[in-house]
Amino acid sequence: MKASAFAYARATSVENALELLTVHGDKAKVLSGGQSLLPAMNLRLIAPELVVDIGDLAELRGVVVKGDVLAIGALTRHADLLKSAEIAAHAPLLMEAVAHVAHPAIRNRGTMGGSLAQADPASELPACMLALGATIIARGPDGERRIAANEFFAGIYETALTSQELLVAVELPVAAKSSTHFFHEFARRHGDYAIVGLAAQASVRDGRFTDLRLGFFAVGDRPLLAKSAAKLVDVALTPSVLADAASALSDELDPLEDQQATPAMRRHLAKVLLTRCVSSLLARPDLGAGVSV
Amino acid sequence: MTNTVAISLHVNGERVEASVLPRLNLADFLREHLKLTGTHVGCEHGVCGACTVRVNGDIVRSCLVLAVQAHHATVETIEGLSDSGEIADLQSAFRERNALQCGFCTPGMLMAAQDLLKQLPSPDREQIREHLSGNYCRCTGYQAIVDAIETTARLRSGCCHDL
Repeated sequence: MKASAFAYARATSVENALELLTVHGDKAKVLSGGQSLLPAMNLRLIAPELVVDIGDLAELRGVVVKGDVLAIGALTRHADLLKSAEIAAHAPLLMEAVAHVAHPAIRNRGTMGGSLAQADPASELPACMLALGATIIARGPDGERRIAANEFFAGIYETALTSQELLVAVELPVAAKSSTHFFHEFARRHGDYAIVGLAAQASVRDGRFTDLRLGFFAVGDRPLLAKSAAKLVDVALTPSVLADAASALSDELDPLEDQQATPAMRRHLAKVLLTRCVSSLLARPDLGAGVSV
Repeated sequence: MTNTVAISLHVNGERVEASVLPRLNLADFLREHLKLTGTHVGCEHGVCGACTVRVNGDIVRSCLVLAVQAHHATVETIEGLSDSGEIADLQSAFRERNALQCGFCTPGMLMAAQDLLKQLPSPDREQIREHLSGNYCRCTGYQAIVDAIETTARLRSGCCHDL
């Protein structure tokens, strides 16, 4: 299908984009890479009166390291992230995750900010933001607002952004040299939305986790930073400790039913991912023994 | 409110000026306005890959790009790559290997395959499959397509003259 008629404005600056959003509010939609917005418009799931195209705002593009902080502009494309030496060095989890986002032709247009503002619960980058402890930076009529990732995602396609705000950048702490990560998702075909996925960032010392952040996706109406990870930190990992954490994880999940999987299947797969993640990060194949999909 | 917007872009080396409605996507602009019907429109929501074209050197889904977003861009379609001879060997390999049946997916397959071979001259079959993962074929199947791309890669790298 084709999108219904709409008016179009090519923003000339962030200020200009904010002026347009202030006037038009929720009747307007921000167009970044368009790889989620345009399918939704073509399918007539949404029909904005005005599309504000921010694609020309070069100041929103790029990756910069400032001290211990990695700043990523909202318009930075998935393809740019994959080629970025700064991302490879300082956020290897993100690098690994982006390779799972859709297909090359989509990654050439889709943007970091667009993916986060879209807040699809099955997409990879929101869960990475939770695991990496990101701060999302929005600008609105009253200036800049910094939102912790775990307060940003509010539901299916819902975020803490108001209709007058623009997501301009993301800040991540530079990954410590000693930290490690795990990423895996189950999907029917490489590049499809995940059935269930896990993005994890951890610190390990003497065979124990000193920190573990588990960002699950496609397990509910928003990405989940699992509280049950705390059960695995600063303890000697045994199969029973892991089983206890897996059971606590199951209580945290509220999986949706769709054509891809039942809630029960998603719970099972989340448990499989937890086990694989822990056994991989601690190099303890014994903990993963007997777990099958 | 929904007035036309003036755009200026380069398509297959030619400068194009047009006035288009914002809702018009690039695929329909190429097909309906410029009569470049080699770019196919399948699903219209970015899943099938039949509408793949190059914008500023990168492959994209032209059903997920508005024509107004292509203002000042350089667009290359299957007609451009075909006429310039850039993919003559790839097209030949597709014919030789029967890597098409109805042909609907073929322009998108060729665009994606050429994109891969430019970035990775000697891909293995898994890398070929990964790069084409966003392009659907509903009749011939994928084995012959992967074969044709693999053959082209070998010939371009100067090995295997007997292929």
